[in-house]
Amino acid sequence: MLPIDLEYIQQRIDQMKDQDLYIHLELTNGAYAAHNDASRHPAANFIKNAVIRYAHGGISGVSPYYRVGLKMEHGWIYSEGLTHYEETENDRLIMAGHDKDGKLVVALQLSPYPFE
Amino acid sequence: MITDMERFDNQRVLVVLPHPDDESFSVSGSLAKYLKNGSQVTYACLTLGQMARNMGSPLFANRITLPEIRKEELAQSCRAIGIQDLRMLGFHDKTIEFEDRELLDGAISALIEELNPTVIYTFYPGYAVHPDHDATGAAVVRCVENLPAERRPVVRAMAFSRGCEEILGPPDVRVDVKDFVKQKAASIQSHKSQFWVPELKKASQKDLESRFGTERFWTIKFD
Repeated sequence: MLPIDLEYIQQRIDQMKDQDLYIHLELTNGAYAAHNDASRHPAANFIKNAVIRYAHGGISGVSPYYRVGLKMEHGWIYSEGLTHYEETENDRLIMAGHDKDGKLVVALQLSPYPFE
Repeated sequence: MITDMERFDNQRVLVVLPHPDDESFSVSGSLAKYLKNGSQVTYACLTLGQMARNMGSPLFANRITLPEIRKEELAQSCRAIGIQDLRMLGFHDKTIEFEDRELLDGAISALIEELNPTVIYTFYPGYAVHPDHDATGAAVVRCVENLPAERRPVVRAMAFSRGCEEILGPPDVRVDVKDFVKQKAASIQSHKSQFWVPELKKASQKDLESRFGTERFWTIKFD
């Protein structure tokens, strides 16, 4: 994965608007958060292969942390803390945020076909 | 003090764990010991650990490539231990506690039926920190409970939640795996996307023995 290139990702978001897409959206601080440090609150969520469609969307932020918002007919998709995108993916938009240890914290992925 | 109460020959061993790498630190030495003594070992790994946060250091995996990478790491870990019968059951990481119980228990019961194990290794439900660990152990316990008492295999469980020894007491089985720490270290190193342990490469036999020479289990009691 490469550090996010804002202009390139904005183009990709524009290309994928107005079509049914499968989404994988995830935020996690890890299943071991409270085991490793009792003061931490273990929290995670993910949604995988829900079908969404957005009319417009954008990416903003300053390196290394970016935010993405996608406006749907009846609501929004929002993700903060994205740092990387997968440069080898052409049909799908694969983004993630990694912490200083390289652990995944957040993921936002859009695809015209379901994720495995 | 090591109380090595297990028999390692003529056993049919079934290991039921949810994630590739769950075997490495906990039970890989004991499995190598069973195999060295001619016992059979089947490892049923419920998921591909596809929701793991670790992506390698430096980063080399992503959410898309991780399942395939972890599948290969698991196969490599099994080769390091000597396991030839690996079953990947195809459940999804993080979902074991929510999985359809008939489907989950059915998959585990089918393995027990097929293999007729003398001993099963899994996590101790309620004392194994990760919800998938607890749910996997609970499913194994349910499946074994459903068997007539005379057909029940021994169930040895791994526990590591904070304060678990105060509640469970000390582990009743401690296995001396000093002769198998090389296999154990190789199993750990197989999971390159999850563990970065460069120090193991140059660790001496003695270092490995002091770090990994004993594995600990609690035997689950059935009424």
